[in-house]
Amino acid sequence: MRALDDVTKDQIRDDIPAFREGDTVRVNVRVVDFKDTKKGVERRERLQAYEGVVIARHNKGISSSFTVRKISGGIGVERVFPLHSPMLESIAVVRHGRVRRAKLYYLRQLAGKAARIRERRIR
Amino acid sequence: MAAGLVARKAGMTQIFAEDGAAVPVTVLNVEPCRVVALRTSENDGYDAIQVGFGAAPRVQSRAVQGHYAKQGQDAMRSLKEFRLNKGESFELGQELTAEMFEVGQKIDVSGTSKGHGFAGVMKRYDFGGGRATHGAEKTHRQMGSTGQCQWPGRVFPGKKMPGHYGDVRITTQNLTIVRIDAEAGRILVKGAVPGAKSGYVELRPAVKGA
Repeated sequence: MRALDDVTKDQIRDDIPAFREGDTVRVNVRVVDFKDTKKGVERRERLQAYEGVVIARHNKGISSSFTVRKISGGIGVERVFPLHSPMLESIAVVRHGRVRRAKLYYLRQLAGKAARIRERRIR
Repeated sequence: MAAGLVARKAGMTQIFAEDGAAVPVTVLNVEPCRVVALRTSENDGYDAIQVGFGAAPRVQSRAVQGHYAKQGQDAMRSLKEFRLNKGESFELGQELTAEMFEVGQKIDVSGTSKGHGFAGVMKRYDFGGGRATHGAEKTHRQMGSTGQCQWPGRVFPGKKMPGHYGDVRITTQNLTIVRIDAEAGRILVKGAVPGAKSGYVELRPAVKGA
């Protein structure tokens, strides 16, 4: 594995804040649109924010990822982001949550008040 | 200029492309390769280079020593031949490095697949097997019927049956080179290559496509 870390080390991001399961994060995702214009296809980049609770983290070097769950229009939405992806402009921790599991898949069965997460005090 | 290289498979990982896509890659560490002998159509009936690779073992038989001595080359671990296309020429003693390929080029990679030993048909040929329950007795992983009855009265040749699985030479064609690190002697290709980690693989320019 160490030989392979050598290959990916230049793409490992060091600007990622410390966050864990139960935290609420705001992820700014780069979204690329292609628009047909008279001059041809134009490439446009914009930022899209996605805010929700981190319900899982998968730690595996460059392949690390995290899952963010939010309720959008009454529908549960989950997105898995590659942690080191250059398409993530920034990750901001909005709120620290106190949970006793590493994977919060039980939240899928809960809604409303039951799906609340206690705040974690940071010393 | 490209005839072939020998490398060792380091394993798989992923890298991010410029557009943000995660590309699955296999990391191949190129062995020290040197042209040890030349095959010419006048002498041998075909054009090829014999490539030695790896560090020489401490003990080598007199016959092997003689082969290297005849060509005036230092001994290496092992030998492989790569056929040459028309117009390609290599010199005796020439070092072959990762730079002989280009980023974006398609290559074929040959290696020895992982051995699975004597395997049943479910593992070896993806047969469905039998039922787990509903009265199934001792036929959970069996192959079922091997053919018909009095006519043809035999099992057809090539019938898929249990047997030795893996440990054969396999070539994966048209793998794209994603990155070349000449200094470290490392080639990254998109996708999987045959064989286990640290297994030897041959790299050749793609015969199809490209």
